[in-house]
Amino acid sequence: MALLTLNDVCMGYEHMLAVEHVTAVIDAGDYVAIVGENGSGKSTLIKGIAGLMGLRSGSIKLGDGLKQGEIGYLPQQTRAQRDFPASVMEVVLSGCLKGSGSSLFFSKQDKQRAQHEMQRLGILPLKNHCYGELSGGQQQRVLLARALCATEKLLLLDEPMTGLDPAATAELYDQIRMLNRERKVAVLMVSHDVGGALRDATKVLCMHQTMAFFGTVQDFYSSHYSDELTGGDHHHV
Amino acid sequence: MFDTLIELFSYPFMQRALIVGILVSLSAALLGVSLVLKRYSLIGDGLSHVGFAAMCIALALNLAPMIVSIPLVVVAAFLLLRLNDSSHIKGDAAIALISSTALALGVIVASLRQGMNVDVSSYMFGSLLAVDTNDMYMSVALSLLVLALFVVFYHRIFAVTFDEQFAKATGTNVNLYNMLIALLTAITIVIGMRMMGTLLISSLIIFPALTAMRVLRSFKGVVLCAAALSMFCMIAGLVCSSLMSIPAGASVVMVNAIMFGLFSLISMIRKA
Ligand SMILES: Nc1ncnc2c1ncn2[C@@H]1O[C@H](COP(=O)(O)OP(=O)(O)OP(=O)(O)O)[C@@H](O)[C@H]1O
Ligand SMILES: [Mg+2]
Repeated sequence: MALLTLNDVCMGYEHMLAVEHVTAVIDAGDYVAIVGENGSGKSTLIKGIAGLMGLRSGSIKLGDGLKQGEIGYLPQQTRAQRDFPASVMEVVLSGCLKGSGSSLFFSKQDKQRAQHEMQRLGILPLKNHCYGELSGGQQQRVLLARALCATEKLLLLDEPMTGLDPAATAELYDQIRMLNRERKVAVLMVSHDVGGALRDATKVLCMHQTMAFFGTVQDFYSSHYSDELTGGDHHHV
Repeated sequence: MFDTLIELFSYPFMQRALIVGILVSLSAALLGVSLVLKRYSLIGDGLSHVGFAAMCIALALNLAPMIVSIPLVVVAAFLLLRLNDSSHIKGDAAIALISSTALALGVIVASLRQGMNVDVSSYMFGSLLAVDTNDMYMSVALSLLVLALFVVFYHRIFAVTFDEQFAKATGTNVNLYNMLIALLTAITIVIGMRMMGTLLISSLIIFPALTAMRVLRSFKGVVLCAAALSMFCMIAGLVCSSLMSIPAGASVVMVNAIMFGLFSLISMIRKA
């Protein structure tokens, strides 16, 4: 069974629809780039998959042993938590909480997991620093490490490259690709950097309130949607 | 001086005040860390005014204050939480609306009944004499609940406070924790209000968290420090109040303010 089966999903806010008729099947190990203009419903769709917002109609089915609480979610720019007193370790560890039930202590595995993810993202030296005092790019990595702690199977990344310098962006792309290829974590990544995101992606979902396109990267480039999003100057197959 | 103190605290009413004070200040500080960090600082203020109105109504109807105020304040707490979540009215504006309406209602009810002025002023500024054995039992139960919540669900409280959206995505019942915190805050305010006064009780929620945040940079540190600070300020405040015969509520708030100044100074020195 597929990891995620979206069937005619419609979502909205109060009196408006933001996402209409999205039907897509996402398998374990897929790397899906979600593209589209501002306000086209990308973040809304991600929230629906993460279980943060109800659906107006349609359904989202989780398969392959994936449970609702086991999705790693990286929100689009969280509220400025500038003065939040939390160490990096505390933030990353909070990704290890799963499902309900008490959480008196984190297990040794949880702590090792957190260390491991921090190491992978190069933020282990920042372990005891205050989250609020890090740079935007460092904060982004901390949140990614937290998302990684929360899942084995599915990562939802909403514009993860915001605020990263070019070197860090390239590095993060590499790390996400590695997670996807080596650990078979399925990735759904919202990005405005169409060229960059599509280099590694296996599938593309193009939003325009409705689902304008869903398919392989090759098919996407030969469709007219890619021209609209990249200004038509992209020649890459 | 010690003799006077020992003599003072040998009075049962002072012992009760001390016990209730310490337990309420501990609960308020723990809940306060979460409330302040979620930008709900003013909730305490709004709820205390609702509590004031409830007390006036109880007095007018000749009912026990707790029986009227606990349900009313709890309902108000849930209402404020809902308003905070909806995008229509800004949270701080909603709290201001509710709190001034409640205050007005309380004053009207109080003045319709003659001869209540003395009681009303004791509600506003609090009184140690108002603390009875009932309050004592309730504060013991309350603080046990709050402590249990923080010990057993500490990591979830952190997750919900730091990032509700992520906590929800990883399967934490965010609404449940928000409701629990609102409920316990409401009860804390009702129990503490008679001793600290309507106008000053909310400072027990805000001050310790803000003071601890001046110096400490981890959540655990802030929680522990706020709890310790709050109890210390309560004891010091009660002692000062009885030595200098000033109202207890004001004295406790003043000690809290001094500690805040001290911690600010420390943080400034550390940065320099
Ligand atoms: N909290 C909200 N309340 C009401 N409407 C909202 C809310 N969030 C988004 N919308 C609306 O829903 C639509 C889709 O928004 P969404 O955030 O999903 O867009 P997006 O594709 O992620 O855009 P961007 O590229 O700017 O992040 C927009 O028209 C927006 O105005
Ligand atoms: Mg978005």
